[in-house]
Amino acid sequence: MRESRIGAWIAFGIGALYFILPLIATFEFSLRMKRGEYSFEAYRVVFADPRFQASFTYSVGQALATIFVGIALVVPTAYWVRLRAPQFRPIVEFITLLPLVIPAIVIVFGYLRIFNSSSLIPLTDTNLGTDALLMFGYVTLALPYLYRAVDTGLQAIDVRTLTESAESLGANAFTILTRVILPNIRPALLSGAFLTFAIVIGEFTFAALLNRPAFGPYLQLLGANRAYEPSALAIMAFLVTWACMGLMQLASRGLRLPTTDTR
Amino acid sequence: MAFLTLTAIAKRFGQNTVVHGFDLAVERGEFISLLGPSGCGKTTVLRMIAGFETPSAGTIMIDGRDVTYKRPAERNVGMVFQAYALFPNMNVADNIAFGMKVAKRPKAEIDARVTEMLELISLPDLAARYPYQLSGGQQQRVALARALAVKPQVLLLDEPLSALDAKIRVSLREEIRALQRELGITTIFVTHDQEEALSMSDRVVVMHQGRVEQIGTPHAIYNTPKTRFAASFVGTLNMLDAEIKDASAGLIIVEGQTLRIANGTPGAPNGSRCTVALRPEALAIGPARPGDNVLSCTIEDVQFLGAIVRVKARCGAHILSVDTFNQAGQPAWARGDQVEIHFAPEHLVVLD
Ligand SMILES: Nc1ncnc2c1ncn2[C@@H]1O[C@H](COP(=O)(O)OP(=O)(O)OP(=O)(O)O)[C@@H](O)[C@H]1O
Ligand SMILES: [Mg+2]
Repeated sequence: MRESRIGAWIAFGIGALYFILPLIATFEFSLRMKRGEYSFEAYRVVFADPRFQASFTYSVGQALATIFVGIALVVPTAYWVRLRAPQFRPIVEFITLLPLVIPAIVIVFGYLRIFNSSSLIPLTDTNLGTDALLMFGYVTLALPYLYRAVDTGLQAIDVRTLTESAESLGANAFTILTRVILPNIRPALLSGAFLTFAIVIGEFTFAALLNRPAFGPYLQLLGANRAYEPSALAIMAFLVTWACMGLMQLASRGLRLPTTDTR
Repeated sequence: MAFLTLTAIAKRFGQNTVVHGFDLAVERGEFISLLGPSGCGKTTVLRMIAGFETPSAGTIMIDGRDVTYKRPAERNVGMVFQAYALFPNMNVADNIAFGMKVAKRPKAEIDARVTEMLELISLPDLAARYPYQLSGGQQQRVALARALAVKPQVLLLDEPLSALDAKIRVSLREEIRALQRELGITTIFVTHDQEEALSMSDRVVVMHQGRVEQIGTPHAIYNTPKTRFAASFVGTLNMLDAEIKDASAGLIIVEGQTLRIANGTPGAPNGSRCTVALRPEALAIGPARPGDNVLSCTIEDVQFLGAIVRVKARCGAHILSVDTFNQAGQPAWARGDQVEIHFAPEHLVVLD
């Protein structure tokens, strides 16, 4: 008993070191831009860089659009599969898992083949079209996480009974989705949304190959040309991700509606 | 023409037919129970009336309108489910108001109606509570109010009491019945609890394997069951194998003893076999009145249940259950006693 406890602590310690040491080192390094003293100079420089502001804003916009479109796609699908077509469940789950299996670079080359200037839908002809293509790509990337989050949320409520109650009270499908289903899976939606946000903010492959001014390529560019600023950016990226994870925790704990179980 | 009619309704799920040729005519304001064992198709029939399932054959008419293929939202039928049906994200008032909001009624009308419904279910102070803050019985009353708020033509209830504990079940069923009478709303109530069905209903539909076994008043269902299933499912029953001695005179032989049948003589030739049924409470032990049937038996067991004494008596291969009131001066029967059990000929029911 004691020995296994000690073993567990050692394993935990090694894991923590493996994870935390590089982080501390990075943080420490990011503070050393000014010779001979610790300062937040690197952070100041980064924040002052207009390309940072532009690329970060661009990616936040992309993330919000991705979340909106992703939810609009995934919620009705997951709802419909649960309610009317449970036999399609394995197929849909398989499809939503594909983005995890197929490398992003393959997906983006596929997109470029289908949507290039000489194709039927020449999305890449305009910046706006390319932005849209990038956003749809992000929806694909987020699909495995978003679908699972939403499906878990639907599992926690009695979808059939709630739907049928609303139907017999005269509600149509849109009313049922927006007034009954969505509010009751809000915690799941929020955690899916934050996950999507974290994915989009850090994504590199899609944005680079579609040549859009997103945050990922900016990170890469800075990393290749500067010393201290990339460390500062890495720490900031970590903080954003952790903030998202913290919000996910809050969302799934604080906002969870108590169950109606009274048996 | 009845208010709600189901004509030759059938429902198949794949190869599996779960409802066969179901006919039912319900009058306006009537309270009907569908009673039957688990899996006999009660819920399926109810869901077809509500529009959640489409019949494989047959028609459903409500107030002269064919609704067989109408969507649930177009039917004006209220439904109360077994449990978990209140919208968890809305408080009691919003739950009750939901149907009227969907129908875009004016706000003043909605508010007035919500107050009225809360009074009706005697929960006027709980408007702001959320479903998880309510007891199971309160939740079901709110569900009832929500269904009734939109003034449906027909109210459907699918075992609304079965998730509640026994005491609340009894008080709530009385409340539901009183409310139904007050509003005069045509109601179909699904249950597998015979006491519920018999105590609440104007008429009971006994179902078995997707078919109607018998439709009748609680009195008729209990006292003159038409089929072997209806007889055995509702109440306890003694069933006896008999041989027809003289069909025209209504004479049968059970365990070598001749008995007389007063109503419903068997439609089979003399010498053939049939099954007859007897309620335990129709039997008595002791000296027979003139004209009664008598069976000689041996007592196997005596159960003292307070107001009732339940005696098990052997008559050849049959064990008869006899319920008698516990009366002062009644002999204390013991196992092995030879007794005569008697009953009026009217109590012998011949089963199909
Ligand atoms: N969607 C469905 N697909 C396939 N079979 C079904 C479906 N719904 C019901 N059944 C079958 O139909 C039969 C009748 O079911 P139903 O739910 O109507 O029974 P019930 O009388 O309400 O029983 P209970 O008292 O247990 O609620 C059952 O054998 C059930 O397995
Ligand atoms: Mg049922």
